[in-house]
Amino acid sequence: MNSILKMRKKRVNRSFMGSFSLFVLLAIVGAFMALPLVYAINSAFKPLDEIFLFPPTLFVRNPTLTNFVDLMTLLGQSWVPFSRYIFNTFFITGMGVVGHVILASAAAYPLAKHVFPGKALMFQTVVLSLMFTGAVTSIPNYMIMSWLGLIDTYWAVIVPAFAYPLGLYLMKQFMEQLPDSLLEAAKIDGASEYRIFWQVVMPNVKPAWLTLVILLFQLLWGTDGNGFIYSEQLKTLHYASGQIIQGGIARAGVGAAVALILMSVPITLFVLSQSRIIETMATSGMKD
Amino acid sequence: MSNITIERNKQQPAGTGKPARSRTRWAVQMREMKKQKHSYILMAPYMLLFAAFTILPVIMSIFISFTYFNLLEFPRFIGWQNYSRLFLEDDVFLTAIKNTLLFAAITGPVSYIACFIFAWIINELGPKLRAIMTLVFYAPSISGNVYFIWQIIFSGDRYGIANGFLIKLGFILEPIQWLKTEKYILPILILVQLWLSLGTGFLAFIAGLQTVDKTLYEAGAVDGIRNRWQELWYITLPSMRPQLMFGAVIQLTTSLAVADVSINLAGFPSVNYAAQTIVTHLIDFGTIRFEMGYASAIATVLFVIMLGANLVIQRLLRKVGD
Repeated sequence: MNSILKMRKKRVNRSFMGSFSLFVLLAIVGAFMALPLVYAINSAFKPLDEIFLFPPTLFVRNPTLTNFVDLMTLLGQSWVPFSRYIFNTFFITGMGVVGHVILASAAAYPLAKHVFPGKALMFQTVVLSLMFTGAVTSIPNYMIMSWLGLIDTYWAVIVPAFAYPLGLYLMKQFMEQLPDSLLEAAKIDGASEYRIFWQVVMPNVKPAWLTLVILLFQLLWGTDGNGFIYSEQLKTLHYASGQIIQGGIARAGVGAAVALILMSVPITLFVLSQSRIIETMATSGMKD
Repeated sequence: MSNITIERNKQQPAGTGKPARSRTRWAVQMREMKKQKHSYILMAPYMLLFAAFTILPVIMSIFISFTYFNLLEFPRFIGWQNYSRLFLEDDVFLTAIKNTLLFAAITGPVSYIACFIFAWIINELGPKLRAIMTLVFYAPSISGNVYFIWQIIFSGDRYGIANGFLIKLGFILEPIQWLKTEKYILPILILVQLWLSLGTGFLAFIAGLQTVDKTLYEAGAVDGIRNRWQELWYITLPSMRPQLMFGAVIQLTTSLAVADVSINLAGFPSVNYAAQTIVTHLIDFGTIRFEMGYASAIATVLFVIMLGANLVIQRLLRKVGD
């Protein structure tokens, strides 16, 4: 009964024409957003003669797996075994994600729940760093990497990702809404702050760290080494696929296949974790 | 910064005979810091890395921008020369600034408003459809290296989708070199950037809309709110102000940092620098010409523009719904 009343009340402020035109807008722009991806997916299954058809077609007529087979052959011929590129990307992404989630959560916990001198300054600095991008710091970063001897190693990409500011920011905002009573109870039981962080806080912020996992995954999955990695055997999947895609007309089909494989991974991850991410983003707001 | 250095720095003044009042203040601070030692320890690893890879580089960049530095010789101080060269002699940089600002002035607000409007419409859908539409709008921003699709769409031969359809429909007789014609380059980049731009900010809005207190809408209906637009302006927007601020930072910053789209679609360098942005100019001098002092000056200008624009927008957004 109550819910019916609510429904009706909601409808009061909804004119049919308004809803209709908004949904038309949604459909049109939705089509604009979706079509390029639909086209990319279809291209991956097109035989070569269909890719160069005039007029061009959006949907595939005779779907084939030739492109994927060709891709396999091509991978077998690469100078560095292709599995090496796969390992590189998995290693960089895996280390970066795990390290970031742990370090950013550890830093977010005191920022969210404790009062101590210097807290506001530290958090403000992190917020400020959301306002500019890596391009600003690229040149000194290269010099710092070189001083640390990290040039041409995985770590040049992994270590800066540990301190990605957006992750800390989102985690801190999410932790703020944890009830203090939870932490008090653990403290009364005699748990140290480190134990509280690891055994009470972390299990309770699962949506947030899933979000951090996804964010970092996207950041690192698409990395081409940021200009720090030169050795062919250390290069990433993204870099290798770029080489394939740039192969020109003869590689158009294979390029579409490799792009489809690469983009399906982050999209699948997002589909699986969508509700958790939205839960985290609900607390993302900036207070004055 | 690690807790240890902070404590040491602050211990000294306490012992060196400062006036009594400040000594007690330091003592209180010190006691507070000792009590919160675990906070500093927990934060130390992250903050150390953050300082090393974000704070220190910004400071270094500002210093290097006043020098002539080619990575081989020791940097030589040359005052404001890099900046005067940037603004007075470097015509390409002026093109880059013009392109970047024009680009940001369009993609920034449009993507920001699009993020909000579509999040708002999607929020009215049922849970299943909502999840699907969220994916449709968000997917482009996470699909990585999909520039190649746009290369095919705007390819210069008649197999390109844009050319193919326009020829078939009879609007044009021969294919247009979309990405090699100055007047088309920037509009195409803007279109592609908009397509890519419903990212983190969009998700924050979707999430924010779901947390708006539902009883406010009921109360609003009683208080005489007539239609969805009034509801939007008087209830939804003010309750979402924190998310609106967050989204603004994300959208604005990405719109000023555009480079990948430009390099991948228009080439590097682009035809007559039609797609040169501040970041591509920075890449040019930093990674090709190795004029690090000059590149740092570009980075510093970019830093000032990004920070300045963000702070101004924050000011403005605080007024929403007031």
